[in-house]
Amino acid sequence: MYEAIVVLPLIGSIIAGLISLVGAYNRFPGESPPPPPDGHAGPLVRENHSRGAPDPEGQHSAFSNAHAEEPEHAPPAAGSQPAELITTTLLIIACVLSWYACYDVGFAGHEARITIFTFITSGDLHSEWALRIDPLTAVMLVVVTTISSLVHLYSIGYMDEDPYKPRFFSYLSFFTFAMLMLVTADNLVQLFFGWEGVGLASYLLIGFWYHKPEANAAAIKAFIVNRIGDFGFSLGIFAVFYLVGAIDFDTIFAQAPALVGKSFHFLSWNFDALTVVCLLLFMGAMGKSAQFLLHTWLPDAMEGPTPVSALIHAATMVTAGVFMVARLSPLFSLSPTASAFVTFIGATTCMFAATVALVQNDIKRIIAYSTCSQLGYMFVAMGVGAYSIGMFHLFTHAFFKALLFLCSGSVIIAMHHEQDIRHMGGLWRKTPVTYVTMLIGTLALTGFPLTAGYFSKDAIIEAAAVSKNSMAAYGFLMTLVAAALTAFYSWRLIFKTFHGEPHNREHYEAAHESRKVMLIPLALLAVGSIAAGWPAVGLFTGHGADEFFRSSVMFGTANTLFEDAEQLPLYLSLAPTVMMIVGFLVAWEFYIHRPELPAALARDQNVLYKFLLNKWYFDEIYDFLFVRPAMRLGRLLWKGGDGFVIDGFGPDGVSARVLDMTRNVIRLQTGYLYHYAFAMLIGVAAFITWFMFVGGHG
Amino acid sequence: MMSWPILSVMTFLPLVGALFIALLGDDEASARNARWVALWTTLITFAISLLVLWRFDPSSADFQFVEKRPWLGGAITYSMGVDGISLPFVILTTALMPISILASWEAIQHRVREYMIAFLVLETLMVGTFCALDLVLFYLFFEGGLIPMFLIIGIWGGPRRVYASLKFFLYTFLGSVLMLLAIMAMYWNAGTTDIPTLMHHAFPRTLQTWAWFAFLASFAVKMPMWPVHTWLPDAHVEAPTAGSVILAAILLKMGGYGFLRFSLPMFPEASQSLAPLIYALSIVAIIYTSLVALMQEDMKKLIAYSSVAHMGFVTMGIFAVTTQGVAGGIFQMVSHGIVSAALFLCVGVIYDRMHTREIAAYGGLVNRMPLYAFVFMVFTLANVGLPGTSGFVGEFLTLIGTFRINNWVATLATLGTILSAAYALWLYRKVIFGKLEKASLAVIRDIGWREAVIFAPLVVLTIVFGVYPKLVLDVSAASVTQLIDNYQHALAPVQAAMAR
Repeated sequence: MYEAIVVLPLIGSIIAGLISLVGAYNRFPGESPPPPPDGHAGPLVRENHSRGAPDPEGQHSAFSNAHAEEPEHAPPAAGSQPAELITTTLLIIACVLSWYACYDVGFAGHEARITIFTFITSGDLHSEWALRIDPLTAVMLVVVTTISSLVHLYSIGYMDEDPYKPRFFSYLSFFTFAMLMLVTADNLVQLFFGWEGVGLASYLLIGFWYHKPEANAAAIKAFIVNRIGDFGFSLGIFAVFYLVGAIDFDTIFAQAPALVGKSFHFLSWNFDALTVVCLLLFMGAMGKSAQFLLHTWLPDAMEGPTPVSALIHAATMVTAGVFMVARLSPLFSLSPTASAFVTFIGATTCMFAATVALVQNDIKRIIAYSTCSQLGYMFVAMGVGAYSIGMFHLFTHAFFKALLFLCSGSVIIAMHHEQDIRHMGGLWRKTPVTYVTMLIGTLALTGFPLTAGYFSKDAIIEAAAVSKNSMAAYGFLMTLVAAALTAFYSWRLIFKTFHGEPHNREHYEAAHESRKVMLIPLALLAVGSIAAGWPAVGLFTGHGADEFFRSSVMFGTANTLFEDAEQLPLYLSLAPTVMMIVGFLVAWEFYIHRPELPAALARDQNVLYKFLLNKWYFDEIYDFLFVRPAMRLGRLLWKGGDGFVIDGFGPDGVSARVLDMTRNVIRLQTGYLYHYAFAMLIGVAAFITWFMFVGGHG
Repeated sequence: MMSWPILSVMTFLPLVGALFIALLGDDEASARNARWVALWTTLITFAISLLVLWRFDPSSADFQFVEKRPWLGGAITYSMGVDGISLPFVILTTALMPISILASWEAIQHRVREYMIAFLVLETLMVGTFCALDLVLFYLFFEGGLIPMFLIIGIWGGPRRVYASLKFFLYTFLGSVLMLLAIMAMYWNAGTTDIPTLMHHAFPRTLQTWAWFAFLASFAVKMPMWPVHTWLPDAHVEAPTAGSVILAAILLKMGGYGFLRFSLPMFPEASQSLAPLIYALSIVAIIYTSLVALMQEDMKKLIAYSSVAHMGFVTMGIFAVTTQGVAGGIFQMVSHGIVSAALFLCVGVIYDRMHTREIAAYGGLVNRMPLYAFVFMVFTLANVGLPGTSGFVGEFLTLIGTFRINNWVATLATLGTILSAAYALWLYRKVIFGKLEKASLAVIRDIGWREAVIFAPLVVLTIVFGVYPKLVLDVSAASVTQLIDNYQHALAPVQAAMAR
């Protein structure tokens, strides 16, 4: 059964991929006479960006690349329907199996380990393709297959006009396969396979509309920033192998306690072995989960189609880092330093991303920064040792964030590919279903009582409040303030999109509610955004978590966390809710009651506003510090190093002399060849002669 | 073991094919026949090599299918044999030859007979290099292989072929002279040129150092290692597609093979004390050439520079002398043989259509060439070292093997994996993605049947070796273990003395 869950999406991906290749090839068959040059039909342009478009709030936009591309229409790809039906059906089957697996593993206690075949084996290094199914994996199976099948379903509607639908579904299913390989991994190498596999899927899907330069740039940026994280991840794997002599989880976890207090000589310094290993591995998590310093790729990833943003860049792939820390909790829980660092990064990200989200105008970017911020929450939980609570937030967040993205997709379609919230307004009359479901998503995100986010987010803030981790106080403060910011930017989004006066009459008049195939996933996710909370709260927190997760995550310190959290003074446990209400009220004041206020504030605090609008200038700083110097160095080494120094003093210098001597005498392919062969023969002849003399006697 | 000299048959069959082509007349029909004769010869050679693989016993570290005949007055023997270290390269050579012949099918239109003869002779010399068990025999094959390669670049090459061949010549010439001197010195000391005997001969320390450097001079040029790599981009750029394929896939591997066959087993003390030099050169190669690759404007040059970087992982892994490092080095060479060959073939496909290798001349090819885009993507990802492709396994093993010995080296080398992603994806984006705007590309054709036949096995192998690397690792495992055991054994007295 577990094999089926993992392999079904792969099969779907291969079938859809073949359909797509055959279809694409048949557009311009290899040997056919060429069509007239102007008969070329490019892919359809969608989701026009208008970051540089007129500015109703009187705000300055950092970008000036308005795109007024004329949509070109290409015929839809042959086989779109079979491709979408096959992939979606297989995914739904995998989803049903996953729910059963979750029940079987979590409640009936049937954990499993299935070896498929050998992967890399060399000397004492041994790894296998294997599926490790424990409660932690089971939760991820449910999250991944559920969101993925809903996104598949939604995409049938969303990508309807796209001429490359089979390719899209192939990528989506491939992503699901890689993600499932990641969560079922039994050793670090397989985890790394899934890890880079989802990275590939993300690269392909961000760049899905490959005719857009921004999409290509964003795709490459995502891949390379992730590679920087993976640089640490790889070194972490090497270090684990060096210290433990194995890379499978069972051996590592069994050996971990023996590593406590051991020092490890790394890069000429002596470090605490476990801390180094955890920090290196965590670097991978920072890349994949877009944490502070390695977050820059996630907002740009919004160039991809919106269903992709929902599935990959909100619900599943970006949570892989969180999953990794949970999976390796037996290591992380033994290193207080690494745990403190995880808390610090999580808390910083959570705050940083929330501040940036306050002023963004692209509907998808706001939600992207929100995702970044919520991932920060999860890492705070991981850092303070509340692994199951972090997983709880991962679980609930998957539902409401996927919901928010899919709703924004519905808005974008309704607004004729408009993504700038300054051009929206009053949409609730035109798209009531989207409005209601997005409202539910927002309530869940902001932690409105009894929604899913309420339970998981409050649990994190409480865990940070009672934890003894050295960064816990910082974590508590940041997560608490970020709760208010979350409420503010979320309601700002709702108010500017659905309330007030329409800012673009033409688009507003033409706006329409989406098709049923898109609304059904919205409704189901809305149900999940509420239902993922209270029924599940007993499984992820308190002593229920102990029974559900058993040994799959560490509870070393978390057990007292749960008890301490119950002892929390009332004003602290109410604080997150209060912060949420404050955020809501400010947003209401700004965007409903006195809509002229934001522009005035932006003028007054221009430096701060620009700082936030430009995302703390991270892109510019990185460009200046890394990208340009690398390019300059590359050119210098090529022209200066290879060209001037090595060639100049080496072969060119010598060859110039040789050419002087032999010019006009012989042509190369005869001349130098003979020289060479002659020299070689002379050598061999001399050798043999010498042989005859010496060898005979010796 | 075998009743017939299978290795000699495999080695010299291409030469027979070459002679046969030489006997053909000099007209249109004979050009066509030359292609078919060359294709069949290489296919049969490949079949024989598969027979060798099939009958090869991977559990034994000894040389197998050994042939010995007295030669040149009895002092030198004609001695052939394969073990787990050489067999992968033999198969790689025989497998890529039919592909090279097919890739030249239409691209080469003038002096076809001579071209095919050069390739067949080259195959004999390459297979011989990997099978030879006698130093002199090895030297003849090893150096002889350069002659047909000169001809291929010099006659069928691009406009700057004179410069490229000259550079190639100067570099290799110096190395070969030094290697010949070392071979003489080794014979002087050991009294034999038999490789298996020499592998167990304890050379004095001084001789080890000098001979080690002499061999390094030759192998480093072949690899190529920084800073003697500058001939490679020029040679690749000027060589015809199939020439680049063989150059990248096989000739570069002779350096790595030489390190494994000679430097490590015969000069263990020198190898150990000079390993830091190799590390330093490998690191520089990985980072320096990756940075240089970022700035290239010519597709072939970019891939050539990336080859230098990938070979840096090989030298680093080999001289770490851990099981993973050496096995990873061998795997990386096999994988690079497939992937770089395929990448040069990919360049060849569009070069045949547009007659330019300039990156800026392309863009948006995916719109007209979806199959090509798919194939190119697979090899780009393998070049990047994505898990699930063969490129990952070699990099991973060499790095994990080196990390145990020196984590500075492994850490710096791992930086190369970031840079490789940058240059490879940048190339792909510029050539394949984007809008198809250039008028000259508006009617470009996707790959046809012949090209599909060339690429299909390479795509399959890249993925199969990436998912199930055991196929390659198992062939070499026993020999690698023995190589390392002997190495440790030879060093044991030295280390004991140092401990005292």
